[in-house]
Amino acid sequence: MSTTANKTLILAEHDGRSLSEGVYHAVAAAAFWNQPVELLVLGHDANSIAQAAATIQGVSRVIYSDSTAFAHTLAEDAAKLISQLGRDYSVILAAHSAFSRNILPRAAALLDVAMISDVLEIQANQTYVRAVYAGNIYTTVQSSDTLQILTIHSSRFPQAARTQAPAEIDTIAALPATPASRWVSEFRSQSERPPLSSAKVVISGGRSLGSAEHFEQILAPLASKLGAALGATRAAVDAGFAPNDIQVGQTGVTVAPELYIAVGVSGAVQHTYGMKDSKVVVAINQDPDAPIFQVADYGLVGDLFEVVPSLTASIQSQP
Amino acid sequence: MKILVAVKRVVDYNVKVRVKADGSDVDTQGVKMSINPFDENAIEEAIRLKEKGIASEIVAVCIGNAAHQDVLRHALAMGADRAVLVENESEVQPLAVAKLLKAVVEKEQPQLILLGKQAVDDDAGQVGQMLAALLDYPQGTFASAIEIAGNEATVTREVDGGTETLALQLPAVVTTDLRLNAPRFVKLPNLMMAKKKIIETLAANTLSDDITPRVRLLRVAEPPARKAGIKVNSVTELLEKLRAHEGISL
Ligand SMILES: Cc1cc2nc3c(=O)[nH]c(=O)nc-3n(C[C@H](O)[C@H](O)[C@H](O)COP(=O)(O)OP(=O)(O)OC[C@H]3O[C@@H](n4cnc5c(N)ncnc54)[C@H](O)[C@@H]3O)c2cc1C
Repeated sequence: MSTTANKTLILAEHDGRSLSEGVYHAVAAAAFWNQPVELLVLGHDANSIAQAAATIQGVSRVIYSDSTAFAHTLAEDAAKLISQLGRDYSVILAAHSAFSRNILPRAAALLDVAMISDVLEIQANQTYVRAVYAGNIYTTVQSSDTLQILTIHSSRFPQAARTQAPAEIDTIAALPATPASRWVSEFRSQSERPPLSSAKVVISGGRSLGSAEHFEQILAPLASKLGAALGATRAAVDAGFAPNDIQVGQTGVTVAPELYIAVGVSGAVQHTYGMKDSKVVVAINQDPDAPIFQVADYGLVGDLFEVVPSLTASIQSQP
Repeated sequence: MKILVAVKRVVDYNVKVRVKADGSDVDTQGVKMSINPFDENAIEEAIRLKEKGIASEIVAVCIGNAAHQDVLRHALAMGADRAVLVENESEVQPLAVAKLLKAVVEKEQPQLILLGKQAVDDDAGQVGQMLAALLDYPQGTFASAIEIAGNEATVTREVDGGTETLALQLPAVVTTDLRLNAPRFVKLPNLMMAKKKIIETLAANTLSDDITPRVRLLRVAEPPARKAGIKVNSVTELLEKLRAHEGISL
């Protein structure tokens, strides 16, 4: 490359109403490079999102592309835009999520960069720690690309603060939308509970809950007392007891709350990958040898249908 | 319609992998290898599209050495029509895999390319998106439902917070989630028959001249273990311990 690009670009995820928590983690992670950090906000009528992005401490500029095509940010359009901006940067990153996992590998290929997914630790310039085999093994890898493209494992990084002095916002023109891909519809799970990925308390249920009705009847009262989000194992989701977006694990969401309560969860590695970073883990399982007890700080052997209602009854409601 | 399905050979997901004594890599000596679970969903979906009369031919492709024939035979036994092994002895990383697959797509001209959304060994989850980029095809990632009508694939994707449905013009790349279907079991007679089928081969170096790994593995280690926990005997004891030791008062 003729010129050295020494800026970092962060792909900022949002849902049209607010920025994802992951953006704050990504900005904190970007501090490692000690160079200007710019946020890319793609959206439609998302001025307030761009403004929120501008108030994150450590952000030097927000690039905002407003387009009807970005009302549902298709990977084809987003990746093309990122690939056009990309060469002005030495690092492009995002928090690891379904959103970034969809877009960034596509952008990386357009830029001919070998991307690094779900980074746990930035060890040195171009050197990262990441998990493989469902979190059973940590690898330290070194990239040889001039441009680094990565996603970060949010719970391993602090969150950037907000500042009173917002960064400038530059609006850029959108590219023509890709005709080959069209958004049709979406289904958003409705829930009064806090979002799973940022909840302080998470209660996860397994297959042993037996039905969608039990899943709700047993876990929801405890969740509402604790202000908790609900999670589930893949077995519980596959059985139709819980919606897909609350699956915790290798192929679902990773969470790292203050308190994680696993209810009737066996503790398969594919599940524990998604919760091992929780601060305190409580497991309730009737099998004293269930693997979940190996990652639990407090294990209670018993029948969940007795233990959970009794636990719910014993605790004070949260204000 | 022709469907191309890419399959990867990985350490079986039931195996707990270990680190080599010198920490240079994981030890895969003598370990059970299998087809990547997500790729099995991809083959299953292709077969169902064929059973519905939508697909006419299913081609399974794998990159690797002769040992990788076993996952192609698994794909044939499930119901793939042809199998192609892109012969390569050394490690290939996602971008390189995408470059090789692109060349195979250009040869085979499928209308739909199905891949697992991630492989359970490196958990990178990149190849499908990279392949779609290199081909300039639309992509539907993390699919839990696929419908084909005319020249369009309607793909329901599992995303954070729910699902999203996209309409993609064919040819397109779709990556599969586990909930897309339940892959059929391979019957022994089918496996015997698959053993007799010819596996076509292509030399990797004739497909792309840029497959050298860009990312170097410096070392591998077991993750730090969580501190050993304790068992409590009652809900009361649990609440006391949380209060006394963790500062969590419930
Ligand atoms: C490629 C792949 C990816 C995967 N990804 C994920 C993932 O992202 N997330 C995930 O969770 N899983 C994932 N899995 C599945 C995972 O391997 C396990 O099968 C799953 O986590 C098990 O769910 P479970 O604990 O609900 O069920 P089970 O393993 O069946 O465990 C049920 C547990 O409930 C206990 N129990 C039963 N009755 C009671 C009772 N009355 N009271 C108390 N305890 C009771 C039992 O002792 C047992 O421990 C994946 C698997 C594969 C192959």
